[in-house]
Amino acid sequence: MSGADHAGREPFISLTAVAVPINQANVDTDQIIPARFLSTPPEQMSPYLFQDARYRDDGSPRPEFVMNKPEYKDARIIVGGRNFACGSSREAAVWVIKGNGFKAVIAPSFGDIFYNNCFQNGVLPIALPEARVNELLRFLLELPGASITVNLAEQKVQGPDGKSDSFVIDPFRKECLLKGIDDIELTLTYADAIADYEKRSETASV
Amino acid sequence: MAASASPRTMFEKIWQSHVVVDRPDGYTLLYIDRHLIHDGSFEAFERLKKRGLKFRRPDLAFGTPDHYVRTDTLDVSKITDANAKRLVTGLPIHARETGITVFNVGDKRQGIVHVMGPEQGITLPGTTLVCGDSHTSTHGAVGCLAFGVGSSEVTHVMATQTVWQRRPKAMRVTVDGKLGFGVTGKDVILAIIAKIGTAGGTGHVLEYAGSGIRQLSMEGRLTLCNMSIEGGGRAGMVAPDDTTFQYLSGKPYAPKGEAWDKALARWRALPTDDAATFDSEVSLSGSEIAPMVTYGTSPEDAAPITAVVPDPSTAVDSVKREGLTRALQYMGLKPGTPISEIKIDRVFIGSCTNSRIEDLRAAAAVAKGRKAVVPSWVVPGSGLVKAQAESEGLDKIFKDAGFEWREAACSMCIGTNGDTGRPEERIASTSNRNFVGRQGKGVRTHLVSPAMAAAAAVSGHFTDVRRLGS
Repeated sequence: MSGADHAGREPFISLTAVAVPINQANVDTDQIIPARFLSTPPEQMSPYLFQDARYRDDGSPRPEFVMNKPEYKDARIIVGGRNFACGSSREAAVWVIKGNGFKAVIAPSFGDIFYNNCFQNGVLPIALPEARVNELLRFLLELPGASITVNLAEQKVQGPDGKSDSFVIDPFRKECLLKGIDDIELTLTYADAIADYEKRSETASV
Repeated sequence: MAASASPRTMFEKIWQSHVVVDRPDGYTLLYIDRHLIHDGSFEAFERLKKRGLKFRRPDLAFGTPDHYVRTDTLDVSKITDANAKRLVTGLPIHARETGITVFNVGDKRQGIVHVMGPEQGITLPGTTLVCGDSHTSTHGAVGCLAFGVGSSEVTHVMATQTVWQRRPKAMRVTVDGKLGFGVTGKDVILAIIAKIGTAGGTGHVLEYAGSGIRQLSMEGRLTLCNMSIEGGGRAGMVAPDDTTFQYLSGKPYAPKGEAWDKALARWRALPTDDAATFDSEVSLSGSEIAPMVTYGTSPEDAAPITAVVPDPSTAVDSVKREGLTRALQYMGLKPGTPISEIKIDRVFIGSCTNSRIEDLRAAAAVAKGRKAVVPSWVVPGSGLVKAQAESEGLDKIFKDAGFEWREAACSMCIGTNGDTGRPEERIASTSNRNFVGRQGKGVRTHLVSPAMAAAAAVSGHFTDVRRLGS
């Protein structure tokens, strides 16, 4: 699967899946995919997700790293700490998350550019209050392999404790995800407005 | 326009003049005046081609290779990593196919994209500018709205010259008072990030204001805005003033003659109106800022050179406590160690944060007549910066002091060209990120200003540059 090509994206509806807890604040995109892998063609990048935390120098998996535990093998949701995926704008951070089968990321807050990049790739970023995310993290650590249900249409996340929380998402982004609408196709429907703007702009020239 | 009657921030003025479509759901289609491109933009071109889309405004796009370019030779054929070579050699091919302007390796204008833009006068006040790189916030130093976007959005800009945005909030960061000797734009931004935290500006555009900012040169302002993203900000801006206009005047792509006069009149109306309000305000006293050094693995882990490494157990917030404990372990540092006693193994002076002529002058002033006691690199931000430095004899000062004088690229800030440190190597670096593994696997990065980096190079440990004298 190539995360780099977002045309003809699958609509996102709802999902019940194992969630993996990344219990750390300020996980930057350099951790999600180290810079030395950025020149790799996107379709070959997926193995490098969390490379340095996940593998030893000899390439063997670090058993203590949460994603290496067998209970999380089928995880499709990441639950992370505050300011998740801050730092570099590398969209590869989303490509490798998606390439490893993840469809949603839940955290108290996100790096701005990563948050935008998720929508470009049909991955759903969900911000929940920090206290609730901490609860979810605790559940997932205590009950490895527990599932979370995400319902985009209803904007709800149900934890392993059965408790349901609403989340906020821009109506624009929600519609694009639900219908699998591609940004460029949508924008090209505004081609006349763009051309009109260019005629009146004082700065759209060199 | 009715909106112009009420007082507005500079950000609002630029935003409002770039709205193509305002949707009722709160999303805005924003026009982009300048699109900067680098060797890492390869996939975005490929996607455009694969989808059969036309590059809408190649006349507004400018590129230069920087992330994957070697710094020991200008011979692109010598790039050994096949993937890196594909990206560097791909840029001129994509430029030919699309008609954009590219400054390739061998052209003096080649360099780090965030050095090249302002240097060429491509970056102008009152414009919107994007680039597929988070440090695009740099360009806001001239009073434009500039932010980083992901690769898909780069393709979107190529095809439509616009981006979809929800309007960010505005934060004003005021630094009043005179900056002390040895205190630079780098120290100011590290002090700001230490105060607001690495997520403090999330969802905001930061406007830097106050007398402490006004006294900064253009280079200092570019450094300041460059690291806005490390404080979570989408963009950083400084109102244009005579410092800005002097800097831009005569730059190759800046307006000339009558067009300059017209532009100047527009630019003078850009600064935030007196009565305008911000969503949040932060202030710092400029005279209290000391030369700064980071000790952890997040840019917010910054302290004055006179401080000691903090004790994680004193952090009130448990997340912060855990993060700092982990960070100090990675950095190999004990709480309570005076920062000035931390020994370093290597020095890197360069990056889109600190590789401009003034940065090199500041480092050379410290290096002059002294000797580097650890391997130390100087990597100019562009071929033009390099040439200027050489015309001033700075290269000779550096070489006499035992520093390596290299070719322009991002180099050891990100290491994608192979310029990386070794595990556990401790580097005093003028770059922007001290993340785990940023300068190579296991490398321990300390962020400092160019003068502080040079001071560390000649003493082997962090040294208060104010003690070395002017």
